[in-house]
Amino acid sequence: MSTNILEVSGLKTYYKTRLKEKVFAVDGVDFNLEEGKTLGIAGESGCGKSTLALSLMGFYFPPLHYGSGSIRISGNDIMKLSKEQLRSKVSGREIAYIPQAAMNALNPTLRIIRFIEDIMKEHRPELSKKQVWELAADRFKTLNLPEKVLKSYPSELSGGMKQRTVIAISTILNPKVLIADEPTSALDVTSQKAVIKLLKDLLDKKYIRSLVFITHELPLLYHVTDEIMVMYAGEIVERGTAEQMIFDPVHPYTKKLMGSILVPEEGMKGQKLAAIPGAPPNLKQVPPGCRFAERCSFAQSECKTGKVPIRASGNHLYRCLFETETLKEWYANEPS
Amino acid sequence: MNHRDLLIRGRGLTKVFGYGSQKTTAVDAVDFDFHKGEIISIVGESGSGKTTLAKMIMGLLKESSGVIEYKGQPRRLKSHADRKRYWKDIQAIFQDPFSSFNLFYRVEKLLLDCIKLQGLKLTKEERYRKMQEACSFVNLKFEELHNKYPFELSGGQMQRLMIARIFMLHPKVLIADEPTSMVDACSRSTILDMLLKLRDENEMTIIFITHDVGLAYYVSDTIYIMEKGKIVESGPAEDMILNPQHGYTRQLINDVPKIHSAWDLGS
Repeated sequence: MSTNILEVSGLKTYYKTRLKEKVFAVDGVDFNLEEGKTLGIAGESGCGKSTLALSLMGFYFPPLHYGSGSIRISGNDIMKLSKEQLRSKVSGREIAYIPQAAMNALNPTLRIIRFIEDIMKEHRPELSKKQVWELAADRFKTLNLPEKVLKSYPSELSGGMKQRTVIAISTILNPKVLIADEPTSALDVTSQKAVIKLLKDLLDKKYIRSLVFITHELPLLYHVTDEIMVMYAGEIVERGTAEQMIFDPVHPYTKKLMGSILVPEEGMKGQKLAAIPGAPPNLKQVPPGCRFAERCSFAQSECKTGKVPIRASGNHLYRCLFETETLKEWYANEPS
Repeated sequence: MNHRDLLIRGRGLTKVFGYGSQKTTAVDAVDFDFHKGEIISIVGESGSGKTTLAKMIMGLLKESSGVIEYKGQPRRLKSHADRKRYWKDIQAIFQDPFSSFNLFYRVEKLLLDCIKLQGLKLTKEERYRKMQEACSFVNLKFEELHNKYPFELSGGQMQRLMIARIFMLHPKVLIADEPTSMVDACSRSTILDMLLKLRDENEMTIIFITHDVGLAYYVSDTIYIMEKGKIVESGPAEDMILNPQHGYTRQLINDVPKIHSAWDLGS
């Protein structure tokens, strides 16, 4: 039986504005991630994907604050640890995070090897500089990155290479979970493929056990992840296997998202792409009832008031007032 | 619809940067024919010279050699009057919408400037109606936006506002340099649909620059594939994507994840 490597329950985190208002960007998120599995998180901009990723790290810098809920990594609740313990025991070792603009995180005045030495000074102080070099060179070799990168300055590397270097550096301590927040959004398709290949390599060679991959590119998620979770306005609206989510989505929001996929395949040209009118709701005043009701083309009057239950069929979860059959019927009758 | 009126033609267009040993040829003897009312995609990876080519067409960079013909005449950009005349017909939208806006101007003033640029004498109501029309073209509500500053808008909204400005100016040629790379998938499909609408309703020639073959296939009539400054393959979008001839085109198509077939990550 597989064990859960990451368990998140009832996680709520908020941003505090200057007027002391609380904006819940992650509002009651529950999910588990099994060992060896990969999870994709999709959604529009402003749905709380990146905030969720940040929150999972356990570090909270104002204006982001921790509300409630627990994050367990291999059974240990990291929210109960002090900041110091988090830094030395958890970050980098248990869970690693690659932010969206990861390649800009490299100090331009240092060679790449210095970043690795820096990590090792904290986490494995017994290693000499030479040993660190050997370890880093070995790791870079197994990941098909050229060794000379270690001696280069960040400005000498291309964007794709920088991104891959950052991923290699942040996984050097073999963290159990890697959270990759849009690692490919600033890259062209060729470098994107190289980054994906690197992530797959890390998983295959067991340097990382599980991966949380955040992006809005659904075809990518389909190839990289086992399961996909769709977020909307700080909540999870649907979760299922990649296959199910791409070809047989249930929630109206997911349905629309899947309709906006663009791939160079026969029949794409001239096909009408789905567009979602409006924008995600302002999280300062969250509408009662279903948060997607405003933009949903199937919304009924009860959607805007009632509490929305989470429905489940097997592993597939979705948050809607209506049964799968009802929704499917509506989709079938929708004029295109 | 007859798309075959030739609008811009380039022959042997070359751009060389640097001197001596530092010499790099960014665009190398490129030939092209862009027709009226057509969307042309220029596809290639980073550093293949797509943007340099676009800047030469815009007249922001001077070509090292080769000629650009505009409406059958060699393009002249010598005098200020020449440039002014040419730039009236050509507009561009860029990757980063933030860089295209004056941060101190409200949306209303940004749009008003477009009316002023055209030198039209309109009453207040007419101006207002025109701005409203432009905003509704891009599915934005002018009433909600007119009092906002650019930093209050999302990336997708700004990019759409950019298109609203294009709609008001109705140039003959629009150069869209990766307009969708900083917005999410949903806004991306709306922006692409707007480009198609601009082509159909205003007969605009749109030069769409991207690295994603999927977008190029969806939006364009003709695709030019660029590799290291050279155009390696060009043709109608259907033929290019479904039946690519050149190895580089195949590689580009293969690099994009698809949903109905496996994605070969290679070794």
